[in-house]
Amino acid sequence: METNQPKIQVQGLTKKFGKKVVLNGIDLDVMPGESLVVIGGSGTGKSVLIKCILGLLNPDAGTVKIDGIDVTHMSARRREKEVMHKFGMLFQGGALFDSMRVWENVSFGLTTLKNIPAAEAKDIAIAKLADVGLKPDVADLFPAELSGGMQKRVALARAIATDPEIIFFDEPTTGLDPIMADVINHLIVECVQKLGATAVTITHDMASVRKIARHVAMLHQGHIIWYGPASQIDHSGNAYVDQFIHGRMEGPIEMAVRRD
Amino acid sequence: MDATRSPAALLLDFCQGIGTVLLQFCQGTGQFAWFTLQSVSHIFRPPFYWRNLVRQLIEVGYYSLPVVGLTAIFTGMVLVLQSYTGFSRFSAESAIASVVVLSITRELGPVLGGLMVAGRIGAAFAAEIGTMKVTEQIDALRTLSTSPFKYLVAPRLVAGIIMLPCLVLVADIIGVFGGYLVAVYRLDFNPHTYLQNTWSFLQNMDVISGLVKAAVFGFIITLMGCYHGYNSGKGAEGVGVATTNAVVSASILILLTNYFLTGLFFAH
Repeated sequence: METNQPKIQVQGLTKKFGKKVVLNGIDLDVMPGESLVVIGGSGTGKSVLIKCILGLLNPDAGTVKIDGIDVTHMSARRREKEVMHKFGMLFQGGALFDSMRVWENVSFGLTTLKNIPAAEAKDIAIAKLADVGLKPDVADLFPAELSGGMQKRVALARAIATDPEIIFFDEPTTGLDPIMADVINHLIVECVQKLGATAVTITHDMASVRKIARHVAMLHQGHIIWYGPASQIDHSGNAYVDQFIHGRMEGPIEMAVRRD
Repeated sequence: MDATRSPAALLLDFCQGIGTVLLQFCQGTGQFAWFTLQSVSHIFRPPFYWRNLVRQLIEVGYYSLPVVGLTAIFTGMVLVLQSYTGFSRFSAESAIASVVVLSITRELGPVLGGLMVAGRIGAAFAAEIGTMKVTEQIDALRTLSTSPFKYLVAPRLVAGIIMLPCLVLVADIIGVFGGYLVAVYRLDFNPHTYLQNTWSFLQNMDVISGLVKAAVFGFIITLMGCYHGYNSGKGAEGVGVATTNAVVSASILILLTNYFLTGLFFAH
């Protein structure tokens, strides 16, 4: 693999809902093995950005390239076959299939993608559950029987079960207590390193950012207004970023909202 | 404000209003047509999820039996009572058995059975798929390289198309049996003659047309359930609206297509 070939290359990505422009010409490169965290206030289009890259939403303009291949206008069928197996995704609410047991959830990608028989898939699922710190007896429960933190962990196990090359995390710590949030952050770092995967995380939890990120991009009003290494985030010299990371009410972002 | 506007501007507003409605209608129709085509094409393209199909066959068929059976038995019973009070006025009691069996196999079995299943299955599908949509489970399916059409919609459609005729066949038998019970035990008909009258005027086509109708209704019910669930709005309210829409649209479409199918089968 060429080292200068970005894993994900987003160019001029634009997405509108009705008249509301959510993403306005986003350019973003994510290199292999990179851990990028996208920050931004609620409703700034962070989720939309991820969903456009995943192909769950069709952008209005711009291109998305995965490993140099333009996947923007790929047919659903080809995408299923050629692109989706590279992705793992941890959804905000977990999005576990509530009609299935935990192990069936975790092994879903294995049985559908790799045709692994059920008995073997269950063993792999239990191993993946152990990776996220869950005991084997959880495997036979249904998602509704688990606490929020455990659901997140099962969802994480499902996201990493197929050994994806790129993993997306949509607000992984939202709704968790600070300790469980730290556990999840730790697991994310560990899993991503173990797989050697490229990670894209969206969050507004600064503890997550500091723990997970190698690079940080800040999204505001459809643009990336700051991009840099995570170590620089406290010295960005950008008033927007400063306001966001310190969670101040006063600042340019608040003013921008008022102008709307 | 409006009073000061020129007639031309008002006319423009009027046209714009019509245009918007027309565009929305076209968009809705197109969206529905696309959904239907996608769903049907995925029925025939591998991979097939047999486990999901079996689960839906049981859900649509087996678990609907009590509802459909109860509907059928009371329909058969009331048909005999009603036609007896009518037909006895001109001594045509011997026609009751034929009237009952023809009404049930041709119309009441498929239509009432279809409406009951629409309430049960249409609502269940819309709520289940709608909830999956709202909680991002459908997106999760897609990120796991699984087409929601193939995994969720196609097995449900096939289950509807297969199980509705089975249910209606059972309903036909139970309905006729209900009529028989009332005729023999309440109205003192001769059991042998009643059964003979039931059989003698019944043609294959009467039953077959009912079963074909049932298959079409099965398709309509499951398609409406899946479509409204799949396009459900956000939150609990969105799922609620989707469920209502699924049942109402399926019921109306059943009654509508029933008329045209009857015309197709028996008009000549």
